[in-house]
Amino acid sequence: MIRFTNVSKTFGTKENVVKAVQDVSLEVKKGEIFGVIGFSGAGKSTLLRLVNLLERPTSGEIIVNDKRIDALSQKELRQLRSRIGMIFQSFNLFSSRTVYGNIAYPLKLAGWSKAKLDQRVKEMLRFVGLEDKATKYPESLSGGQKQRVGIARALATSPDILICDEATSALDPETTEEILQLLLKVNKEYNITIMLITHEMHVIKRVCNRVAVMEDGRVIEEGQVFNVFTKPQNETTKNFIRSVQNDQLSSHLLEKLQESKRGKLYRIIYKEGVSNQPILSKISKKYQVDFNILYGNISELQERLFGSLIVEFIGEEVEVSKVIKELEKIVELKEVHYAS
Amino acid sequence: MQVDWATFWPRIIEATGETILMVILTLIFATILGLVIGLLLFVTRKGNILENRWIFYFLNLLINIIRPIPFIIFLVAISPFTRMIMGTTIGTAAAVLPMTIAAAFAVARIVENNLVSIDPGIIEAAQAMGASPLRIIFTVLIPEALGPLILGITFITVGLIDFSAMAGTVGGGGLGDLAMTYGYQRFDTSVMIVTVVILILLVQIAQFLGNMLSRFFLRR
Repeated sequence: MIRFTNVSKTFGTKENVVKAVQDVSLEVKKGEIFGVIGFSGAGKSTLLRLVNLLERPTSGEIIVNDKRIDALSQKELRQLRSRIGMIFQSFNLFSSRTVYGNIAYPLKLAGWSKAKLDQRVKEMLRFVGLEDKATKYPESLSGGQKQRVGIARALATSPDILICDEATSALDPETTEEILQLLLKVNKEYNITIMLITHEMHVIKRVCNRVAVMEDGRVIEEGQVFNVFTKPQNETTKNFIRSVQNDQLSSHLLEKLQESKRGKLYRIIYKEGVSNQPILSKISKKYQVDFNILYGNISELQERLFGSLIVEFIGEEVEVSKVIKELEKIVELKEVHYAS
Repeated sequence: MQVDWATFWPRIIEATGETILMVILTLIFATILGLVIGLLLFVTRKGNILENRWIFYFLNLLINIIRPIPFIIFLVAISPFTRMIMGTTIGTAAAVLPMTIAAAFAVARIVENNLVSIDPGIIEAAQAMGASPLRIIFTVLIPEALGPLILGITFITVGLIDFSAMAGTVGGGGLGDLAMTYGYQRFDTSVMIVTVVILILLVQIAQFLGNMLSRFFLRR
Protein backbone atom coordinates (compact mmCIF):
# COMPACT_ATOMS: atom_id res chain seq x y z
CA MET A 1 0.00 0.00 0.00
CA ILE A 2 2.67 2.47 1.08
CA ARG A 3 6.31 1.55 0.63
CA PHE A 4 9.34 3.65 1.50
CA THR A 5 12.69 2.50 0.17
CA ASN A 6 15.78 4.30 1.44
CA VAL A 7 13.93 7.59 1.68
CA SER A 8 15.72 10.69 2.91
CA LYS A 9 14.58 14.27 3.21
CA THR A 10 16.83 17.18 4.04
CA PHE A 11 15.90 20.78 4.57
CA GLY A 12 17.83 23.99 4.56
CA THR A 13 20.77 25.55 2.81
CA LYS A 14 24.22 24.18 2.14
CA GLU A 15 25.58 25.56 5.39
CA ASN A 16 22.71 24.54 7.58
CA VAL A 17 21.36 21.15 6.64
CA VAL A 18 18.60 19.52 8.64
CA LYS A 19 18.27 15.82 7.97
CA ALA A 20 14.63 15.34 8.84
CA VAL A 21 14.28 11.83 7.46
CA GLN A 22 17.29 9.58 6.95
CA ASP A 23 17.33 6.42 4.90
CA VAL A 24 13.93 5.17 5.97
CA SER A 25 12.57 1.94 4.54
CA LEU A 26 9.22 0.67 5.66
CA GLU A 27 6.01 -0.78 4.37
CA VAL A 28 2.44 -0.12 5.42
CA LYS A 29 0.24 -3.01 4.40
CA LYS A 30 -3.27 -2.78 3.07
CA GLY A 31 -5.93 -2.59 5.77
CA GLU A 32 -3.62 -2.19 8.72
CA ILE A 33 -3.18 0.63 11.19
CA PHE A 34 0.47 1.57 11.19
CA GLY A 35 1.82 3.88 13.85
CA VAL A 36 4.99 5.93 13.89
CA ILE A 37 6.08 7.11 17.31
CA GLY A 38 8.83 9.50 18.20
CA PHE A 39 9.60 12.60 20.22
CA SER A 40 9.05 15.96 18.55
CA GLY A 41 11.76 16.61 16.02
CA ALA A 42 12.24 12.92 15.29
CA GLY A 43 11.09 13.45 11.71
CA LYS A 44 7.78 11.63 11.88
CA SER A 45 5.75 14.62 10.70
CA THR A 46 7.98 14.98 7.64
CA LEU A 47 7.77 11.23 7.03
CA LEU A 48 3.98 11.43 7.01
CA ARG A 49 3.98 14.37 4.59
CA LEU A 50 6.07 12.38 2.15
CA VAL A 51 3.14 9.99 1.68
CA ASN A 52 1.01 12.62 -0.08
CA LEU A 53 4.01 14.59 -1.27
CA LEU A 54 3.32 17.68 0.79
CA GLU A 55 7.07 17.24 1.16
CA ARG A 56 9.16 15.85 -1.66
CA PRO A 57 11.84 13.29 -0.84
CA THR A 58 15.45 14.31 -1.38
CA SER A 59 16.30 10.74 -2.29
CA GLY A 60 14.76 7.31 -2.25
CA GLU A 61 11.60 5.79 -3.60
CA ILE A 62 8.03 6.09 -2.34
CA ILE A 63 5.35 3.83 -3.72
CA VAL A 64 1.69 4.40 -2.92
CA ASN A 65 -0.99 2.15 -4.43
CA ASP A 66 1.62 0.51 -6.67
CA LYS A 67 2.63 3.84 -8.14
CA ARG A 68 5.90 5.61 -7.70
CA ILE A 69 4.62 8.97 -6.50
CA ASP A 70 7.67 11.23 -6.69
CA ALA A 71 7.51 10.99 -10.47
CA LEU A 72 3.87 12.09 -10.79
CA SER A 73 2.78 15.20 -12.69
CA GLN A 74 0.88 17.95 -10.87
CA LYS A 75 -2.43 16.64 -12.15
CA GLU A 76 -1.70 13.02 -11.26
CA LEU A 77 -0.51 14.19 -7.88
CA ARG A 78 -3.82 15.95 -7.20
CA GLN A 79 -5.61 12.77 -8.21
CA LEU A 80 -3.45 10.75 -5.82
CA ARG A 81 -4.15 13.20 -3.01
CA SER A 82 -7.87 12.73 -3.39
CA ARG A 83 -7.21 9.03 -2.64
CA ILE A 84 -5.39 9.89 0.59
CA GLY A 85 -7.35 11.52 3.40
CA MET A 86 -5.43 13.54 5.97
CA ILE A 87 -6.31 14.74 9.45
CA PHE A 88 -4.33 17.10 11.63
CA GLN A 89 -3.49 17.89 15.22
CA SER A 90 -5.01 21.36 14.94
CA PHE A 91 -7.90 20.07 12.78
CA ASN A 92 -7.32 22.72 10.06
CA LEU A 93 -10.98 23.20 9.27
CA PHE A 94 -12.05 26.06 7.03
CA SER A 95 -13.40 28.63 9.47
CA SER A 96 -15.34 30.39 6.72
CA ARG A 97 -17.32 27.24 5.92
CA THR A 98 -19.93 25.43 7.90
CA VAL A 99 -19.48 21.82 9.01
CA TYR A 100 -21.43 20.84 5.90
CA GLY A 101 -19.28 23.10 3.72
CA ASN A 102 -16.09 21.63 5.14
CA ILE A 103 -17.13 18.07 4.35
CA ALA A 104 -18.44 19.11 0.93
CA TYR A 105 -15.17 20.83 -0.04
CA PRO A 106 -13.18 17.78 -1.22
CA LEU A 107 -16.27 16.54 -3.09
CA LYS A 108 -16.57 19.86 -4.90
CA LEU A 109 -12.90 19.54 -5.81
CA ALA A 110 -13.62 16.11 -7.24
CA GLY A 111 -16.51 17.56 -9.24
CA TRP A 112 -19.40 15.67 -7.65
CA SER A 113 -22.93 16.58 -8.70
CA LYS A 114 -24.97 18.49 -6.18
CA ALA A 115 -27.39 15.68 -5.39
CA LYS A 116 -24.67 13.04 -4.97
CA LEU A 117 -22.61 15.45 -2.92
CA ASP A 118 -25.49 16.22 -0.60
CA GLN A 119 -26.15 12.54 -0.06
CA ARG A 120 -22.49 11.81 0.67
CA VAL A 121 -22.08 14.72 3.09
CA LYS A 122 -25.13 13.57 5.04
CA GLU A 123 -23.80 10.03 5.08
CA MET A 124 -20.48 11.24 6.48
CA LEU A 125 -22.22 13.44 9.06
CA ARG A 126 -24.10 10.38 10.21
CA PHE A 127 -20.93 8.28 10.29
CA VAL A 128 -19.20 10.70 12.67
CA GLY A 129 -22.40 11.45 14.60
CA LEU A 130 -22.71 15.15 13.84
CA GLU A 131 -25.96 15.33 11.88
CA ASP A 132 -27.22 18.14 14.10
CA LYS A 133 -24.13 20.32 13.55
CA ALA A 134 -24.32 20.59 9.74
CA THR A 135 -25.06 24.32 9.68
CA LYS A 136 -22.67 25.25 12.50
CA TYR A 137 -19.31 26.92 11.98
CA PRO A 138 -16.18 25.15 13.30
CA GLU A 139 -15.66 27.95 15.83
CA SER A 140 -18.63 26.77 17.84
CA LEU A 141 -17.49 23.12 18.06
CA SER A 142 -15.48 21.35 20.75
CA GLY A 143 -12.09 19.82 19.94
CA GLY A 144 -13.49 16.33 19.59
CA GLN A 145 -16.28 17.54 17.32
CA LYS A 146 -13.77 19.43 15.18
CA GLN A 147 -11.71 16.29 14.74
CA ARG A 148 -14.85 14.37 13.79
CA VAL A 149 -15.49 16.95 11.08
CA GLY A 150 -11.85 16.56 10.05
CA ILE A 151 -12.30 12.82 9.75
CA ALA A 152 -15.57 13.17 7.83
CA ARG A 153 -13.91 15.64 5.47
CA ALA A 154 -10.90 13.37 4.98
CA LEU A 155 -13.07 10.36 4.22
CA ALA A 156 -15.69 12.07 2.03
CA THR A 157 -14.07 11.03 -1.24
CA SER A 158 -13.73 7.41 0.02
CA PRO A 159 -9.92 7.34 0.02
CA ASP A 160 -7.92 4.12 0.41
CA ILE A 161 -5.54 5.62 2.91
CA LEU A 162 -5.99 7.91 5.89
CA ILE A 163 -2.93 9.64 7.30
CA CYS A 164 -3.16 11.15 10.76
CA ASP A 165 -0.80 13.87 11.92
CA GLU A 166 -0.92 13.76 15.73
CA ALA A 167 -4.69 13.62 15.43
CA THR A 168 -5.36 13.23 19.14
CA SER A 169 -2.52 15.27 20.62
CA ALA A 170 -4.67 18.36 21.15
CA LEU A 171 -7.48 16.43 22.84
CA ASP A 172 -8.16 15.43 26.42
CA PRO A 173 -7.92 11.71 27.33
CA GLU A 174 -11.64 11.08 27.07
CA THR A 175 -11.98 12.74 23.68
CA THR A 176 -8.79 10.99 22.53
CA GLU A 177 -10.45 7.66 23.31
CA GLU A 178 -13.53 8.76 21.34
CA ILE A 179 -11.48 9.68 18.28
CA LEU A 180 -9.40 6.48 18.51
CA GLN A 181 -12.62 4.46 18.60
CA LEU A 182 -13.72 6.32 15.51
CA LEU A 183 -10.43 5.53 13.75
CA LEU A 184 -10.87 1.84 14.57
CA LYS A 185 -14.38 2.06 13.13
CA VAL A 186 -13.03 3.75 9.99
CA ASN A 187 -10.45 0.98 9.62
CA LYS A 188 -12.99 -1.78 10.12
CA GLU A 189 -16.05 -0.49 8.28
CA TYR A 190 -14.35 1.10 5.30
CA ASN A 191 -11.25 -1.10 5.30
CA ILE A 192 -9.11 2.02 5.07
CA THR A 193 -5.38 1.72 5.65
CA ILE A 194 -4.32 4.13 8.36
CA MET A 195 -0.87 5.56 8.94
CA LEU A 196 -0.62 7.70 12.02
CA ILE A 197 2.11 9.53 13.82
CA THR A 198 2.05 10.31 17.52
CA HIS A 199 4.23 10.88 20.53
CA GLU A 200 1.81 9.03 22.79
CA MET A 201 2.49 5.30 23.28
CA HIS A 202 -1.05 5.00 24.52
CA VAL A 203 -2.34 5.73 21.01
CA ILE A 204 -0.09 3.07 19.50
CA LYS A 205 -1.13 0.54 22.11
CA ARG A 206 -4.80 1.30 21.62
CA VAL A 207 -5.18 1.12 17.85
CA CYS A 208 -2.07 0.10 15.93
CA ASN A 209 -1.19 -3.26 14.45
CA ARG A 210 2.39 -2.38 13.72
CA VAL A 211 4.64 0.39 14.91
CA ALA A 212 7.86 2.09 13.90
CA VAL A 213 9.89 4.04 16.43
CA MET A 214 11.69 7.06 15.04
CA GLU A 215 14.65 8.93 16.41
CA ASP A 216 16.79 11.58 14.70
CA GLY A 217 15.14 10.94 11.35
CA ARG A 218 15.71 7.19 11.40
CA VAL A 219 13.47 4.25 12.13
CA ILE A 220 15.23 2.56 15.03
CA GLU A 221 12.74 -0.18 15.68
CA GLU A 222 9.80 -1.64 13.85
CA GLY A 223 7.44 -4.53 14.23
CA GLN A 224 4.14 -5.89 15.50
CA VAL A 225 2.95 -3.75 18.40
CA PHE A 226 2.73 -6.86 20.57
CA ASN A 227 6.33 -7.82 19.89
CA VAL A 228 7.65 -4.31 20.35
CA PHE A 229 5.82 -4.04 23.64
CA THR A 230 6.96 -7.39 24.99
CA LYS A 231 10.50 -7.28 23.64
CA PRO A 232 11.61 -3.69 23.09
CA GLN A 233 15.17 -3.46 21.74
CA ASN A 234 15.96 0.23 22.06
CA GLU A 235 16.25 2.51 25.06
CA THR A 236 13.91 5.05 23.40
CA THR A 237 11.34 2.35 22.79
CA LYS A 238 11.60 1.20 26.39
CA ASN A 239 11.03 4.78 27.52
CA PHE A 240 7.92 5.05 25.42
CA ILE A 241 6.61 1.78 26.79
CA ARG A 242 7.34 2.86 30.33
CA SER A 243 5.17 5.92 29.67
CA VAL A 244 2.11 3.68 29.42
CA GLN A 245 3.06 1.04 31.93
CA ASN A 246 5.52 1.78 34.62
CA ASP A 247 6.57 -1.64 35.85
CA GLN A 248 9.51 -0.54 37.94
CA LEU A 249 9.46 -0.78 41.71
CA SER A 250 10.27 2.41 43.54
CA SER A 251 13.78 2.67 44.96
CA HIS A 252 12.24 3.23 48.36
CA LEU A 253 10.46 -0.11 48.23
CA LEU A 254 13.57 -1.87 46.91
CA GLU A 255 15.63 -0.55 49.81
CA LYS A 256 13.13 -1.79 52.33
CA LEU A 257 13.04 -5.25 50.76
CA GLN A 258 16.80 -5.43 50.73
CA GLU A 259 16.94 -4.63 54.45
CA SER A 260 14.50 -7.41 55.26
CA LYS A 261 16.72 -9.98 53.47
CA ARG A 262 13.85 -12.35 53.20
CA GLY A 263 14.21 -13.66 49.72
CA LYS A 264 15.00 -13.02 46.12
CA LEU A 265 13.03 -10.82 43.73
CA TYR A 266 12.02 -12.12 40.35
CA ARG A 267 10.13 -10.67 37.49
CA ILE A 268 7.79 -13.17 35.92
CA ILE A 269 6.97 -12.34 32.34
CA TYR A 270 3.95 -14.11 30.98
CA LYS A 271 4.02 -15.70 27.61
CA GLU A 272 0.90 -15.90 25.54
CA GLY A 273 -1.79 -18.19 26.87
CA VAL A 274 -0.25 -18.55 30.28
CA SER A 275 -1.94 -15.55 31.82
CA ASN A 276 -5.11 -17.42 32.58
CA GLN A 277 -3.52 -20.28 34.54
CA PRO A 278 -3.06 -20.35 38.33
CA ILE A 279 0.67 -21.00 38.07
CA LEU A 280 1.85 -19.48 41.29
CA SER A 281 -0.71 -21.01 43.62
CA LYS A 282 -0.13 -24.44 42.08
CA ILE A 283 3.62 -24.20 42.61
CA SER A 284 3.23 -22.75 46.04
CA LYS A 285 1.31 -25.86 47.08
CA LYS A 286 3.97 -28.15 45.61
CA TYR A 287 7.06 -26.57 47.21
CA GLN A 288 7.87 -24.93 50.49
CA VAL A 289 8.05 -21.43 49.02
CA ASP A 290 5.89 -18.39 49.65
CA PHE A 291 5.24 -15.73 47.08
CA ASN A 292 4.94 -12.07 47.90
CA ILE A 293 3.55 -10.26 44.89
CA LEU A 294 4.87 -6.70 44.75
CA TYR A 295 3.73 -5.61 41.35
CA GLY A 296 1.45 -7.04 38.78
CA ASN A 297 0.02 -6.01 35.47
CA ILE A 298 -1.72 -7.95 32.79
CA SER A 299 -3.09 -6.07 29.86
CA GLU A 300 -4.58 -6.79 26.54
CA LEU A 301 -2.80 -5.84 23.38
CA GLN A 302 -4.47 -6.55 20.08
CA GLU A 303 -6.59 -9.18 21.75
CA ARG A 304 -3.54 -10.92 23.16
CA LEU A 305 -2.79 -10.93 26.86
CA PHE A 306 0.57 -9.95 28.13
CA GLY A 307 1.95 -8.84 31.44
CA SER A 308 4.44 -9.32 34.20
CA LEU A 309 4.64 -9.75 37.95
CA ILE A 310 7.37 -8.87 40.37
CA VAL A 311 7.42 -11.49 43.07
CA GLU A 312 9.49 -12.04 46.15
CA PHE A 313 10.35 -15.74 46.57
CA ILE A 314 10.53 -16.58 50.28
CA GLY A 315 11.83 -19.98 51.38
CA GLU A 316 14.80 -22.33 51.65
CA GLU A 317 17.35 -21.84 48.93
CA VAL A 318 16.99 -25.42 47.67
CA GLU A 319 13.26 -25.09 47.39
CA VAL A 320 13.54 -21.71 45.68
CA SER A 321 15.88 -23.10 43.03
CA LYS A 322 13.47 -25.95 42.36
CA VAL A 323 10.67 -23.43 41.92
CA ILE A 324 12.79 -21.43 39.53
CA LYS A 325 13.49 -24.48 37.41
CA GLU A 326 9.83 -25.36 37.26
CA LEU A 327 8.72 -21.84 36.48
CA GLU A 328 11.24 -21.35 33.72
CA LYS A 329 9.48 -24.01 31.70
CA ILE A 330 6.31 -21.97 31.38
CA VAL A 331 7.21 -18.33 31.90
CA GLU A 332 10.15 -16.03 31.43
CA LEU A 333 12.00 -15.29 34.64
CA LYS A 334 14.39 -12.46 35.39
CA GLU A 335 16.01 -11.70 38.67
CA VAL A 336 15.38 -8.16 39.87
CA HIS A 337 18.46 -6.72 41.50
CA TYR A 338 18.15 -4.49 44.49
CA ALA A 339 20.67 -1.94 43.43
CA SER A 340 19.15 -0.29 40.42
CA MET B 1 -18.83 88.28 2.10
CA GLN B 2 -22.19 86.63 2.24
CA VAL B 3 -22.83 83.28 0.49
CA ASP B 4 -25.83 82.97 -1.75
CA TRP B 5 -27.08 79.67 -0.29
CA ALA B 6 -29.89 79.33 -2.83
CA THR B 7 -27.38 78.91 -5.67
CA PHE B 8 -24.79 77.30 -3.45
CA TRP B 9 -26.67 74.20 -2.31
CA PRO B 10 -26.86 72.74 -5.85
CA ARG B 11 -23.07 73.21 -6.06
CA ILE B 12 -22.62 71.30 -2.81
CA ILE B 13 -24.87 68.49 -3.94
CA GLU B 14 -23.03 68.28 -7.24
CA ALA B 15 -19.64 68.27 -5.51
CA THR B 16 -20.77 65.58 -3.05
CA GLY B 17 -21.87 63.46 -6.01
CA GLU B 18 -18.47 63.95 -7.64
CA THR B 19 -16.67 62.93 -4.47
CA ILE B 20 -18.80 59.83 -4.03
CA LEU B 21 -18.28 58.90 -7.68
CA MET B 22 -14.52 59.35 -7.41
CA VAL B 23 -14.35 57.28 -4.25
CA ILE B 24 -16.55 54.47 -5.53
CA LEU B 25 -14.79 54.20 -8.89
CA THR B 26 -11.40 54.24 -7.22
CA LEU B 27 -12.54 51.73 -4.66
CA ILE B 28 -13.67 49.28 -7.33
CA PHE B 29 -10.52 49.54 -9.45
CA ALA B 30 -8.12 49.72 -6.50
CA THR B 31 -9.73 46.72 -4.81
CA ILE B 32 -9.44 44.58 -7.92
CA LEU B 33 -5.87 45.66 -8.63
CA GLY B 34 -4.86 45.55 -4.98
CA LEU B 35 -6.35 42.11 -4.52
CA VAL B 36 -4.38 40.79 -7.48
CA ILE B 37 -1.11 42.34 -6.31
CA GLY B 38 -1.68 41.33 -2.68
CA LEU B 39 -2.53 37.74 -3.60
CA LEU B 40 0.49 37.52 -5.90
CA LEU B 41 2.67 38.90 -3.14
CA PHE B 42 1.34 36.30 -0.71
CA VAL B 43 1.43 33.19 -2.89
CA THR B 44 4.93 33.94 -4.21
CA ARG B 45 6.33 34.26 -0.70
CA LYS B 46 8.99 31.78 0.40
CA GLY B 47 7.47 28.40 1.10
CA ASN B 48 4.07 29.32 -0.28
CA ILE B 49 1.96 27.65 -2.92
CA LEU B 50 3.49 29.49 -5.90
CA GLU B 51 6.83 30.47 -4.43
CA ASN B 52 8.69 32.80 -6.79
CA ARG B 53 11.42 34.91 -5.37
CA TRP B 54 11.67 37.39 -8.26
CA ILE B 55 7.99 38.24 -8.47
CA PHE B 56 7.85 38.61 -4.70
CA TYR B 57 10.86 40.94 -4.52
CA PHE B 58 9.68 43.02 -7.46
CA LEU B 59 6.19 43.57 -6.07
CA ASN B 60 7.45 44.14 -2.57
CA LEU B 61 9.90 46.76 -3.79
CA LEU B 62 7.26 48.44 -5.96
CA ILE B 63 4.89 48.76 -3.02
CA ASN B 64 7.62 50.13 -0.83
CA ILE B 65 8.48 52.74 -3.46
CA ILE B 66 4.94 53.95 -4.13
CA ARG B 67 3.53 53.85 -0.60
CA PRO B 68 5.72 56.41 1.17
CA ILE B 69 5.16 59.14 -1.45
CA PRO B 70 2.69 61.74 -0.09
CA PHE B 71 -0.41 61.56 -2.23
CA ILE B 72 -0.45 65.22 -3.21
CA ILE B 73 3.08 64.85 -4.61
CA PHE B 74 2.30 61.51 -6.25
CA LEU B 75 -0.71 63.13 -7.90
CA VAL B 76 1.42 65.83 -9.51
CA ALA B 77 4.34 63.50 -10.23
CA ILE B 78 2.36 61.09 -12.36
CA SER B 79 0.31 63.76 -14.13
CA PRO B 80 2.15 63.17 -17.47
CA PHE B 81 1.14 59.52 -17.21
CA THR B 82 -2.42 60.53 -16.32
CA ARG B 83 -2.56 62.80 -19.37
CA MET B 84 -1.25 59.97 -21.55
CA ILE B 85 -3.92 57.54 -20.39
CA MET B 86 -6.92 59.77 -19.74
CA GLY B 87 -6.16 62.58 -22.19
CA THR B 88 -6.40 65.19 -19.44
CA THR B 89 -5.33 65.84 -15.87
CA ILE B 90 -8.38 67.87 -14.93
CA GLY B 91 -11.74 66.57 -13.79
CA THR B 92 -13.18 63.74 -11.76
CA ALA B 93 -12.33 60.98 -14.23
CA ALA B 94 -8.71 62.10 -14.41
CA ALA B 95 -8.46 62.09 -10.63
CA VAL B 96 -9.53 58.46 -10.43
CA LEU B 97 -6.32 57.17 -12.08
CA PRO B 98 -3.74 58.42 -9.58
CA MET B 99 -6.12 57.63 -6.74
CA THR B 100 -6.50 54.08 -8.00
CA ILE B 101 -2.77 53.50 -8.30
CA ALA B 102 -1.97 54.90 -4.87
CA ALA B 103 -4.85 53.05 -3.21
CA ALA B 104 -4.16 49.74 -4.99
CA PHE B 105 -0.75 49.42 -3.37
CA ALA B 106 -2.22 50.17 0.03
CA VAL B 107 -4.93 47.56 -0.59
CA ALA B 108 -2.24 45.10 -1.72
CA ARG B 109 -0.42 45.45 1.60
CA ILE B 110 -3.64 45.01 3.55
CA VAL B 111 -4.57 41.94 1.50
CA GLU B 112 -1.13 40.44 2.07
CA ASN B 113 -1.22 41.15 5.82
CA ASN B 114 -4.62 39.50 6.18
CA LEU B 115 -3.59 36.48 4.16
CA VAL B 116 -0.46 35.98 6.25
CA SER B 117 -2.64 35.67 9.31
CA ILE B 118 -4.48 32.65 7.85
CA ASP B 119 -3.36 29.44 9.58
CA PRO B 120 -0.94 27.75 7.12
CA GLY B 121 -2.43 24.43 8.25
CA ILE B 122 -5.68 25.33 6.48
CA ILE B 123 -3.82 25.86 3.23
CA GLU B 124 -1.97 22.59 3.78
CA ALA B 125 -5.28 20.81 4.35
CA ALA B 126 -6.60 22.10 1.02
CA GLN B 127 -3.40 21.01 -0.70
CA ALA B 128 -3.68 17.58 0.88
CA MET B 129 -7.16 17.30 -0.59
CA GLY B 130 -5.73 17.95 -4.03
CA ALA B 131 -6.75 21.60 -4.53
CA SER B 132 -4.80 23.48 -7.22
CA PRO B 133 -3.12 26.80 -6.33
CA LEU B 134 -5.76 28.80 -8.20
CA ARG B 135 -8.49 26.86 -6.44
CA ILE B 136 -6.84 27.54 -3.10
CA ILE B 137 -6.73 31.26 -3.84
CA PHE B 138 -10.43 31.52 -4.65
CA THR B 139 -11.94 28.92 -2.33
CA VAL B 140 -9.64 29.15 0.68
CA LEU B 141 -7.53 32.30 0.85
CA ILE B 142 -10.17 34.87 -0.09
CA PRO B 143 -13.07 33.38 1.93
CA GLU B 144 -10.87 32.79 4.99
CA ALA B 145 -9.60 36.39 5.00
CA LEU B 146 -12.79 38.09 3.85
CA GLY B 147 -13.96 39.52 7.19
CA PRO B 148 -10.75 41.36 8.09
CA LEU B 149 -10.22 42.16 4.41
CA ILE B 150 -13.46 44.14 4.32
CA LEU B 151 -12.40 46.07 7.41
CA GLY B 152 -9.10 46.85 5.71
CA ILE B 153 -10.82 48.04 2.57
CA THR B 154 -13.15 50.17 4.69
CA PHE B 155 -10.07 51.76 6.20
CA ILE B 156 -8.82 52.47 2.68
CA THR B 157 -12.21 53.94 1.73
CA VAL B 158 -11.95 56.48 4.50
CA GLY B 159 -8.48 57.29 3.21
CA LEU B 160 -9.90 57.66 -0.28
CA ILE B 161 -12.33 60.33 0.86
CA ASP B 162 -9.27 62.18 2.09
CA PHE B 163 -7.45 61.50 -1.24
CA SER B 164 -10.43 62.80 -3.17
CA ALA B 165 -10.30 66.09 -1.32
CA MET B 166 -6.65 66.46 -2.31
CA ALA B 167 -7.39 65.51 -5.88
CA GLY B 168 -9.98 68.26 -5.79
CA THR B 169 -7.35 70.88 -5.18
CA VAL B 170 -5.63 70.08 -8.45
CA GLY B 171 -8.81 70.23 -10.50
CA GLY B 172 -10.39 66.94 -9.63
CA GLY B 173 -13.69 68.47 -8.63
CA GLY B 174 -15.71 67.31 -5.67
CA LEU B 175 -15.96 68.57 -2.12
CA GLY B 176 -12.23 69.22 -1.79
CA ASP B 177 -12.34 71.55 -4.76
CA LEU B 178 -15.32 73.35 -3.32
CA ALA B 179 -13.77 73.74 0.10
CA MET B 180 -10.54 75.08 -1.40
CA THR B 181 -12.02 77.55 -3.87
CA TYR B 182 -14.88 78.90 -1.78
CA GLY B 183 -13.76 78.18 1.72
CA TYR B 184 -10.01 78.59 1.70
CA GLN B 185 -9.33 81.04 -1.09
CA ARG B 186 -12.35 83.26 -0.37
CA PHE B 187 -12.11 82.95 3.38
CA ASP B 188 -15.67 81.67 3.65
CA THR B 189 -15.74 79.65 6.82
CA SER B 190 -19.37 78.58 6.47
CA VAL B 191 -18.68 76.76 3.18
CA MET B 192 -15.71 75.08 4.75
CA ILE B 193 -17.82 73.92 7.68
CA VAL B 194 -20.54 72.53 5.43
CA THR B 195 -18.08 70.56 3.31
CA VAL B 196 -16.23 69.24 6.34
CA VAL B 197 -19.50 68.12 7.91
CA ILE B 198 -20.44 66.31 4.69
CA LEU B 199 -17.01 64.65 4.55
CA ILE B 200 -17.39 63.50 8.15
CA LEU B 201 -20.82 62.10 7.35
CA LEU B 202 -19.44 60.22 4.34
CA VAL B 203 -16.69 58.70 6.48
CA GLN B 204 -19.22 57.65 9.10
CA ILE B 205 -21.43 55.99 6.53
CA ALA B 206 -18.48 54.19 4.91
CA GLN B 207 -17.24 52.91 8.26
CA PHE B 208 -20.70 51.80 9.29
CA LEU B 209 -21.26 49.86 6.07
CA GLY B 210 -17.81 48.30 6.29
CA ASN B 211 -18.30 47.19 9.88
CA MET B 212 -21.65 45.68 9.03
CA LEU B 213 -20.35 43.76 6.03
CA SER B 214 -17.27 42.46 7.80
CA ARG B 215 -19.35 41.33 10.75
CA PHE B 216 -21.52 39.39 8.36
CA PHE B 217 -18.49 37.61 6.93
CA LEU B 218 -16.66 37.15 10.21
CA ARG B 219 -19.71 35.29 11.50
CA ARG B 220 -19.36 36.21 15.11
